[in-house]
This record gives sequence, C-alpha cells and structure tokens, in this order.
Amino acid sequence: MAQSASSNTGAGLTLEEGWQGAVSDWSSDQRAFKKVPWGKALMWIFLLSDTFVFSCFLIGYMTVRNSTTVAWPNPSEVFALHVGGVEVPLLLIAIMTFILISSSGTMAMAVNFGYRQNRKVTFYLMFATALLGLSFVGMQAFEWTKLIVEEGVRPWGNPFGAAQFGSTFFMITGFHGLHVSGGVIYLFYIAFKVLRGDCDRKGNYEIVEIAGLYWHFVDLVWVFIFAFFYLW
Amino acid sequence: MAHADAKPQGTATTEGQQHPIGIYFKIWGLLFVLSALSYMVDYMQFEGYLRWFLILVFMLLKAGLIIAVFMHMIWERLAIVYAILVPPSVLLVFVALMTLESDHTWFTRITFFAQGS
Repeated sequence: MAQSASSNTGAGLTLEEGWQGAVSDWSSDQRAFKKVPWGKALMWIFLLSDTFVFSCFLIGYMTVRNSTTVAWPNPSEVFALHVGGVEVPLLLIAIMTFILISSSGTMAMAVNFGYRQNRKVTFYLMFATALLGLSFVGMQAFEWTKLIVEEGVRPWGNPFGAAQFGSTFFMITGFHGLHVSGGVIYLFYIAFKVLRGDCDRKGNYEIVEIAGLYWHFVDLVWVFIFAFFYLW
Repeated sequence: MAHADAKPQGTATTEGQQHPIGIYFKIWGLLFVLSALSYMVDYMQFEGYLRWFLILVFMLLKAGLIIAVFMHMIWERLAIVYAILVPPSVLLVFVALMTLESDHTWFTRITFFAQGS
C-alpha cells in the first residue's frame, strides 16, 4: 500500500478538463488532486495556511495604521540610504526585492533542470538560490541594525511618528525574514540531497519542485510586504 | 487507491512539470521590469489615488506571474487551483471588516482628543 505513495499521481486515468473535470475529480471517491503528488499537495495546503498568517499580520498593520491619529512615518525617508552625498529613497529595499526575484528565477530553473534529471545543474541552481536568500537575510540584518541602533526605532516607539510603525515593522519583516532563513536551510538540505543522488535513485525530482513552491511563496509574500509596508 | 498502487515506482518523471526554459527567463525579466516600475512609483513621488492604484496594479501583476508560472498554477488541474486560490478570497471580507473597525476607532479617538480630556 505504502510503497509508491509519494509518486503515484493517478496519471493513468482518463481525466476530464475544465470545471467539469474539477467536479469529477472532487467527486471521484478517490484522491481529489489528480496528477499532483502528495508532497506537493500538502506543501500547497501549508502555504495556504501561511497565507492566512501573513494576511493577519498585514491586516493588523492596516488596522493600526488606519486608526492612529498620529502621522505615520514616511517609509520612503525612513528606509532611504545615503549614497554619494544624496539620499536615495528605499534603495536597500529595492536591492533586496531584486535579489529575491532573482533567487525565484534560479529556483524556477532548478525545478526545470530537475525534471530533466540534470543532477549537477539542479544542485548549482539550488545552491545559488540559497546563497541569494542568505544575502537577503544579511541585508535585512543590516537594515534592522541601522533602524534599531542609529535611528532608535523600537516596537513601542520611534522618532518619526506613530508608535505602531515599529511593532508592525518588526513583526511583519521579522516573520518574513524567519521564513527566508528557514527556506535557506531547507534549500541547502534539498540541494545536498540532490547532489548525493537521492533523486536519481528515486527516479524523480519532486522534492525540488516542492522546495521551489515554498521559496516562490516567500518571494510572493515579499511582493505584498513591499507594496503595503514600504511603498504605501 | 488500488488503481494507483499498481503503478511501479520511478516513472514519475513523465508526469512532472516540464516546460521550455525560455518561459522562465521571460517571466523573470517581466518581474524585474514590474519591480523597477513599482520602485519608480516611490522614486517619482506619485501621491494619492494614482500612487495606490499603481502600487496595487504592479503588486497584483507580480503576484499573478509568480503563482501562475513559477508555481506552475496554470498547468495544474482546476481541482487544486480552486482548492488553493478560492479560500484566500474571504480575506477581502476580513479587510472590509477591519477597515470599518479601524475607521470607527479613529473616529472615537478624534472625538476623545477633541474634548481635550
């Protein structure tokens, strides 16, 4: 019963397309997610739950920002960097955004090369993804240090305006940074499994795609944080 | 489950998400352009409704591209697409409720401070 649980996907069946396919999949008295390995379905369900966690944070942020009578600090100025005598708004955040998007690109290609059974390239691309993730965390550490030590931002107050700025900032970016850090460890682990030849022995590179889903999700969350916290 | 258990192991490769590599480069480039554009919204100091509109447009385009292509959603069967993408729509109700709630809080604070007590 359990021997092929990870890679049997019901692919031998004739499946209907469109919404009728969705109805017959769900009512088939079998697994509902045809052609989706269990690991991938469960990662998606985990990511769905994580969506709600991050949404709660962002909605909480919206609530305190919308209800405070004190002016909200201008993120464009708070996160500006001094380069060559001029203040460039949001520079570090922009660089972090591009780094995370690049890591998503390398990850997507790692998944692609995984399905071509190319062990070496998959490993290199995953390793590059993890390194980009690591540099993202490093920049975030720099950003936090600058904010805490130089600007005096605290969860209970800051010199720029509404006190809720600090608490929501540390909560949201901190939780995201934790996800990135966890993702880096996860990616290194899967990358070394790939290099060791685990996927070749098993005959499939599913675990690379599953790790990829997690990593793209981390990038996805950053898209929303960038828009709502840094740009709004 | 018996139908699927008969399948031998090690044949899953043909079922995976296999797509030409070019599409990832195109999406990657698009995401770069969209990120640059959303950064420009701040750099050019757009204000008010135009700013919020542009931020939301670029954000949704980026999110859509990541989910659709990088996370392979457009190639999945509708059963899982609906199961994953429909539930978050209730968040819009949550946003609406908390907007009302926070407006009310703001209003009571303003009236309280106006009394000077």
